[in-house]
Amino acid sequence: MSGSPERAEPGLRREPGSGNGRGLAVETEGLTKRFGHQVAVDGIAMAVPNGSVYGFLGPNGSGKTTTIRMLLGLVEPTAGHRRLLGEPMPQRASETLHRVGSLVEGPAFHPYLSGRSNLLRLDAGDILADPGTAGRRTDAALDRVGLLAAAGKRYRAYSLGMRQRLAIAAALLAPRDLLVLDEPTNGLDPQGTREVRSLIGSLASDGTTVLVSSHLLAEVEQICSHVGVMREGRLVAQGTLADVRGAGPATVRVETRQPEAAARVLRELGVEQVRPMNGEVHGTPGDLEPEKIVAALVHAGVGVQGFSVARASLEDLFVSLTGEGFDVSG
Amino acid sequence: MSAAEAATGTGLGPADAGAARLARPRRWSTRLLRSELRLIGGRRRNQMGLLVLAAVPIVMAIAVKVSEPGPGRGPDFLSSITANGLFVPLAALGVEIGMFLPLAIAMLAGDAIAGEANLGTLRYLLTVPVHRTRLLAVKYASLCIGAVWGVAAVALPGAAIGIALFGTGPLTTLSGSQIGFGAAVWRVVLVMLYLAAGLAGLAAVGLFISTLTEQPIAASIALLIFTILSWILDAVPQLEWLHPWLIVHEWLSFGDLLRDPIAWDGVLRGLSVNGAYAVVFWLAAWARFSSKDITS
Repeated sequence: MSGSPERAEPGLRREPGSGNGRGLAVETEGLTKRFGHQVAVDGIAMAVPNGSVYGFLGPNGSGKTTTIRMLLGLVEPTAGHRRLLGEPMPQRASETLHRVGSLVEGPAFHPYLSGRSNLLRLDAGDILADPGTAGRRTDAALDRVGLLAAAGKRYRAYSLGMRQRLAIAAALLAPRDLLVLDEPTNGLDPQGTREVRSLIGSLASDGTTVLVSSHLLAEVEQICSHVGVMREGRLVAQGTLADVRGAGPATVRVETRQPEAAARVLRELGVEQVRPMNGEVHGTPGDLEPEKIVAALVHAGVGVQGFSVARASLEDLFVSLTGEGFDVSG
Repeated sequence: MSAAEAATGTGLGPADAGAARLARPRRWSTRLLRSELRLIGGRRRNQMGLLVLAAVPIVMAIAVKVSEPGPGRGPDFLSSITANGLFVPLAALGVEIGMFLPLAIAMLAGDAIAGEANLGTLRYLLTVPVHRTRLLAVKYASLCIGAVWGVAAVALPGAAIGIALFGTGPLTTLSGSQIGFGAAVWRVVLVMLYLAAGLAGLAAVGLFISTLTEQPIAASIALLIFTILSWILDAVPQLEWLHPWLIVHEWLSFGDLLRDPIAWDGVLRGLSVNGAYAVVFWLAAWARFSSKDITS
């Protein structure tokens, strides 16, 4: 855990002049959920700024979905507070949730109704939705996810990817200020994944705040402005993508014909985790200045063909934060 | 997107945008109930169920027509069928209120909450958002309408085939007097409403059970067991003290509506007991559902 960012606080760094400083779309305080003796979510303080795309990361079983269910009022927290779009939940749920589109733990629809009928049914439940525009809004949502042509087919005949698209369409039935998307690209092919990614981008540029949970780190890295990382029910890192990534360890990469000699020099300098591989040496320099490393290499007569310092990729960071790969925790 | 765009474009906070959008909130809408009824009515299984309910009076009428029973044989109304076609729906209701109609309610009640939880659609309804109390109210209303449909599915085809096969002579009441055809039709309507009310009481029990599980079949079977157990207890003479409190005890009192004048005692007792079941179990369902963690 050393070297990872401090336990995140709600007060995030805010870029002046950008749209991100107008408060928080999602805010929790000491949010906790126990199922019997099992602590699923342990006192998290989540802060999703308005207008951000917030990547919610964590291994399976780390409490992401339980947190999302608490935010949406499906699960009652054991302790703590939650605010959605500035309003306390669940007191103001009826008004607030109308402005929140959500996809929770995969699509779920009536199998013997068509895609369009399923959306109309959900819209019928929304007491704040205008029945006069239901048909138009439904078709617009279906069109936005590329499902209009299959709108009349029964849901049971849909492929996994089509089902996922329908669930995203359901989240877009009304104008939303916040979208909560739990694993939105599950079951989609690469083309569909790219479409969802660009959809999230275009929604975000409309000013919609997006909270997207995912285990596909590369994807989060591409679309998110902020991230929060869950581990065993705790939020172990949170902030802008740059902040969180900046807090991770840098790696140094040396290209050389003498990897063994280079590795020896790096070790002598105190570089950790030195790994020679064919034609390259990688290591974690810690606080060492890169200039000193190059100078020492040259001084030792090691021919340096290339040299670079890189911040950790989100994936490296993730492993360092959660202490594991993408396996089930606990 | 217009509202959201307007909100961000003019620098309004989301709360202001929400307030503007909520200027004229509609607190009352029958859209969800209509959607619910379409869902129930559109489901193939339910349509088959209605056909089965409707088949019973038709089979009974044809059987009686083919071999007219002698006096003193068969259930109460069966022997009267030949005198007036309206006895066909009455006889069929008497037969089906025992098991078939409660079974129909059990299927619908199982779907109501447990079925939605099982499909996962419950979480999406609740995040639309549909307020939990409102969802329970709509679900219960749709079950009550389903009960009326069930009774009508027995009575209307029964009346049609009965009149076709046996005509519309004056109806001899259980008291022995005769009433005209118009008055007799009203008596049949009263019987239908009374039995639908009884089933509505049962539906509240079913709704409660439906909030306890995520398995619709389990909820249906539990309600069916509840019904069968009630009938069995009602048939044990040693438990006479319990009988007035059983939901099914006065259901067969619908025969009293065919006396002249109508004997209201049993019917009113039945209505109040069934009403009490409806209130108590609806509240129990609410207590359970309004605080339940939806993890399906």
